[in-house]
Amino acid sequence: MSHRSFALTAALVAVVAALSVALLAPQVATGQNQSSAPKATTAGKTWTPPRTPDGKADLQGIWSDNTLTPFERPKSLGAKEFYTDKELADLTRRVRAGENTEGAELGAANQQAVRYDLELYGFDRTKLRYTSNRTSLVVGPEGTVPPMLPQARERNAERNAQNKGHEFDSYANRPLSERCILMNQERIPMTPGANEGNLLQIVQGPGYVTLVHEIDHSTRVIPTDGRPHIPQNIRLWQGDSVGHWEGDTLVVDTTNFTNLTNYRGTGEKLHLIERFSRSADDTMIYQFTVEDPTTWAKAWTAEVPWTKTKGPVFEYACHEGNTMISTILRGARVSEAEAAKKGK
Amino acid sequence: MRNALRRAVIASMAGGIVLLAATLGAAQAPAYRAPRTADGKPNLNGIWQALNSANWDLQGHAAGKGPVASLGAVFSVPPGLGVVDGDEIPYLPAAAAKKKDNQANWVKLDPEVKCYLPGVPRATYLPYPFQIVQGPQNILISYEFAGAVRTVNMGAPTKAPGDSWMGWSNGHWEGETLVVDVTSLMEDTWFDRAGNFHSDALHVVERYTPRSADTLMYEATITDPKVFSRPWKISMPLYRRVEKNAKLLEYKCVEFAEELLYGPLSKKPSN
Repeated sequence: MSHRSFALTAALVAVVAALSVALLAPQVATGQNQSSAPKATTAGKTWTPPRTPDGKADLQGIWSDNTLTPFERPKSLGAKEFYTDKELADLTRRVRAGENTEGAELGAANQQAVRYDLELYGFDRTKLRYTSNRTSLVVGPEGTVPPMLPQARERNAERNAQNKGHEFDSYANRPLSERCILMNQERIPMTPGANEGNLLQIVQGPGYVTLVHEIDHSTRVIPTDGRPHIPQNIRLWQGDSVGHWEGDTLVVDTTNFTNLTNYRGTGEKLHLIERFSRSADDTMIYQFTVEDPTTWAKAWTAEVPWTKTKGPVFEYACHEGNTMISTILRGARVSEAEAAKKGK
Repeated sequence: MRNALRRAVIASMAGGIVLLAATLGAAQAPAYRAPRTADGKPNLNGIWQALNSANWDLQGHAAGKGPVASLGAVFSVPPGLGVVDGDEIPYLPAAAAKKKDNQANWVKLDPEVKCYLPGVPRATYLPYPFQIVQGPQNILISYEFAGAVRTVNMGAPTKAPGDSWMGWSNGHWEGETLVVDVTSLMEDTWFDRAGNFHSDALHVVERYTPRSADTLMYEATITDPKVFSRPWKISMPLYRRVEKNAKLLEYKCVEFAEELLYGPLSKKPSN
């Protein structure tokens, strides 16, 4: 073969070889492996959360907000904002021993309030615990929700008056939670239920943080790009949430509530700011500030520690399994028929 | 030397073509390779929606009259080529009769009318958007309708704690494709408004394959030995919602089904 033909052949083979190498190259995963080791911390910080693959603080996991800390501070404690560790240990011991103390949010575990034997459902009194040294979840010198403005009192009184005497007329007269439209424990801001295993699962993807509440499978898909809210005339039961990161803290701003959402008697001007920051591997601090100029003279803030827990998160198909509404309405119709018969 | 050169060129080209063919055969290179997430997986993040009439009827169908005369053409049945491979749903004889009955009474019987959770795969091709949020251990799929939601476990497969409307989803990657194995589905969901149904033995295997920057190819293989004589498959494209700030909005339809469900139990106005 001549020198020139050999070169041409070699060139062709080289091209084909290069092509086949490119096609045969294994499709390796790009991007670094996710490091779970905490990075070097700045002075004053004790713990830095791991990162998600796209570099944000990792808030993921299954969380429980169960706690004995009451929502509002018992009056007898006055301006005392924190318990000492010793006081807390003493309170915990007493609660677990079966005492109903004023400083503990026992809810359904309250002996006087027992309707169900919760131990049948796995409730273990020895596991009751405080998750915070605070005397109440509402922070500040008062530790209580501010008093309602007169206009809010009137607004709520009027609404209640309209429903009075008609509570069992129709589905529309029943509470939102009974209708499986808005369960109390799916509402935002998120507050602990009494002894309910209401788990919250957080899954993060690029540009979004998602929260799935076990109760009523309530899902919030929150964009973290700081985009504007949806148009003001679109009103949603859970409002419209937009988020952004401030360092390792997720800040979520929610507006656009309906005028029937009625969180603690508020109207449609309700504005909620939530902050999520992970303070330890198994602890998230959930802090929220609520304001509604038509309901309170000032904004107020609460802080709820969450604890990492194990799933699984069950499907809570509230509406699909709802026999409560039909039973209640049917019962009311039966009562009315009997009363009418007696009246005849 | 010209003949030798020509022979050499032809030989090397032939060799090259054989090598190329072998290469292509061995690698099974897909037509499209999606961009990767930061942890190296095909990126399926986004808001997606099916654009077909599968929710009306999985099989090919002509347009038809709707169930409510006063809604006229607004709620009539749009036509569709169908999304079922082979256009046949292989019912066992007893089940085929039930399907006919379902279809004839669909307004009364279809769980979608009552705002019940749609199950899988129907949630995918309801005419409303859904959103995929891809975390490293879990992939969340949030559906606009009825706030339906699923979490796909991407770690070692886990067992369902019990049956549910949306089933229990374990996922893994096969090259470019997200494969989701769905079990423990309750029997109460339908596949469409035409009465296609299943039992509690339903097992669905879904495949989500990126097809282009803004489309996915969706396939679902349905197995249910109590209802069907063999597995069968549906497939359809899913389209990305590309508008700026696209967002799923609340669609809590319980309110809209209450009059239907509880109206008869309401207090009648006294005469």
